[in-house]
Amino acid sequence: MSQNGSRPLIAVEDLVVRYPVARGLGGALARRPKRFVHAVEGVSFTVKRGELVALVGESGCGKTTTAQAVLRLVEPVSGRIEFDGGDITTLQTRALRPLRRRMQLIYQDPYESLDPRLSVRAAVEEPLLIHGLGGSKAERREHVREALARVELNPPELFLERYPHELSGGQRQRVAIAASIVLGPDLLVADEPVSMLDVSVRAGILNLLDRLREAGLGILMITHDLSTAARFADRIAVMYLGRIVEEGPAQSVIRDPQHPYTKALLSVVPRRDPRERSKREILSGEAPDAVRIPSGCRFHPRCPMAIPDCKQIDPALEPAGDHQAACIRV
Amino acid sequence: MSSLLEVEGLNVWFDLEGERELHAVQGVGFALEPGERLGLVGESGCGKTTTVLGLLGLLPPSASVAGSVLLNGVDILAGGEESIRPHRWVDLAIVFQGAMNALNPVKTVGSQIVEVLELHERARGREARTRTSELLESVGIPADRAERFPHEFSGGMRQRAAIAMALACNPSVLIADEPTTALDVMVQAQILELLDSLCRDFGLALLLVTHDLPVVAELCDRAAVMYAGEIVEHGPVDALYHEPRHPYTRLLFAATPDLYGEGVPASIPGAPPRLDRPLVGCPFHTRCDRAFGRCTHERPLLRELEGSRSAACHLNDVVAEVV
Ligand SMILES: Nc1ncnc2c1ncn2[C@@H]1O[C@H](COP(=O)(O)OP(=O)(O)OP(=O)(O)O)[C@@H](O)[C@H]1O
Ligand SMILES: [Mg+2]
Repeated sequence: MSQNGSRPLIAVEDLVVRYPVARGLGGALARRPKRFVHAVEGVSFTVKRGELVALVGESGCGKTTTAQAVLRLVEPVSGRIEFDGGDITTLQTRALRPLRRRMQLIYQDPYESLDPRLSVRAAVEEPLLIHGLGGSKAERREHVREALARVELNPPELFLERYPHELSGGQRQRVAIAASIVLGPDLLVADEPVSMLDVSVRAGILNLLDRLREAGLGILMITHDLSTAARFADRIAVMYLGRIVEEGPAQSVIRDPQHPYTKALLSVVPRRDPRERSKREILSGEAPDAVRIPSGCRFHPRCPMAIPDCKQIDPALEPAGDHQAACIRV
Repeated sequence: MSSLLEVEGLNVWFDLEGERELHAVQGVGFALEPGERLGLVGESGCGKTTTVLGLLGLLPPSASVAGSVLLNGVDILAGGEESIRPHRWVDLAIVFQGAMNALNPVKTVGSQIVEVLELHERARGREARTRTSELLESVGIPADRAERFPHEFSGGMRQRAAIAMALACNPSVLIADEPTTALDVMVQAQILELLDSLCRDFGLALLLVTHDLPVVAELCDRAAVMYAGEIVEHGPVDALYHEPRHPYTRLLFAATPDLYGEGVPASIPGAPPRLDRPLVGCPFHTRCDRAFGRCTHERPLLRELEGSRSAACHLNDVVAEVV
């Protein structure tokens, strides 16, 4: 559903992000080698204008770190991040500044992302003031009204002077989104934007993101909810322990999964219709922590299809079905 | 014959400042048979947790409770704390909302279960430790983990430990309040599988409280849909999905994304009514796409319909299959 085949808005190539593990005093004195959390280990993907890409996977698989690296909020060890054709991997704070306006983050918790002391008007106006944009006071007011109308807080007058405690959870998330789009960004990064909201409110926010996408924004959405990804994403990337193990058009990934991990995940997603109760393929245990990455394919200890080779070979993403998967057995 | 558990006309009011009251639970009733799995679903604030805390006598002093809770035909709510205490944990046990984060951080998981056993005089000393091992094994935790502290467990393991603790006294009814919320989908599947096998293998009756409709569709036989403090529809899960008899049930399903579903989930406009003021008419009428004149001034009662189900909607008086 991307409108133009032109260059991607965001192109991430071979991204690696590691966090040092605190050794404690004892470890440091014993000169135990420094250990690392291998949060992201060679991730590549793109997001185009007018496209919503969902990054899915279990907690700790590196979704949030990937998103933060895209926004240059954490420093990668290696890899390359391009925004609108320009390499931003090593840009310094000052050079990054004009770009910040064009890439905005939407947080998970609408209760934490808004300052309780700021009225809706002030919260949405703040980004304009910080970036010295929006023109005169009267023009800024017009921008704020427009942003509120775009997130469907209508009529804006009804909300302008309210404070967060006078808003419902869904309305707060809309205000937070209004504050993100008031600067006219090209890219939205939404980290579990609806997981704290009630199902009826959730659908409203997701439809709103969908309309923003239609209007030309690129959206990178992080979610652990495969049903949401299936309904709203153009493309889905499935992450496991710091790697993308499967990637492709959303419907293709959902209806024709190739990687055993994706297959297992999809098999356990509860369905709305009790007649559709599926044959669940439950993986035992949980993903190991990202400090001790298994040899070969990192999924092999939990994989129902693993063969001896899987302990040795670390598979790369390769064409599978009509998308890509990283598994020597497909 | 009387049901294992039968809740009738349960009402809960919370005292608020300035002589005001919040009517959080409004005449809730349901029955549970051995081995049966009943879902209690609805959006945040609709009164799910208050209902289950109310029937266990676990609400704070600011709450007033009315109604009856019949356990094998005997009302355990009538005599207040005195009549409930002998049955709490023993016959009716609960895994609290957020229980996996409420384990005591400075005690090992095993010792916390031993404490429960000793408190209820089920076992002591060596016997209690043996029983603890059995309980842990029964929820899929290797017994040698008993000596670990909660922070050494993953979220899924802590939820299993909370379930083991609730099972300590061999209850016949397990109430689980949002047991899989905040868990990853694979871990959620493991916990649902565990609850499923406890019901199947031990005849445990399960009251599963959640806002997540697909979880109920997956695990439960029947479900009660709550809205603004009352049950608005109750019936077999299959019927609720395929032939809802209350517009709220239909809209709630329509708002829920489905892996292979067609179309885009639609939000339900508006918000639930405030519960600190008297409600006029149907509590859902301001958000309902099928509301008509009568809905604005006459409150529909939960009425029995064919197929062992019930719904509180005037449309069911007009013609069938209109919802
Ligand atoms: N101690 C209390 N004092 C006053 N009001 C309360 C108290 N506990 C709950 N309430 C109110 O009672 C209503 C029902 O709350 P309850 O916690 O039972 O909802 P719930 O359905 O469990 O919601 P959730 O899905 O968010 O857990 C809400 O309006 C809530 O604000
Ligand atoms: Mg609750």
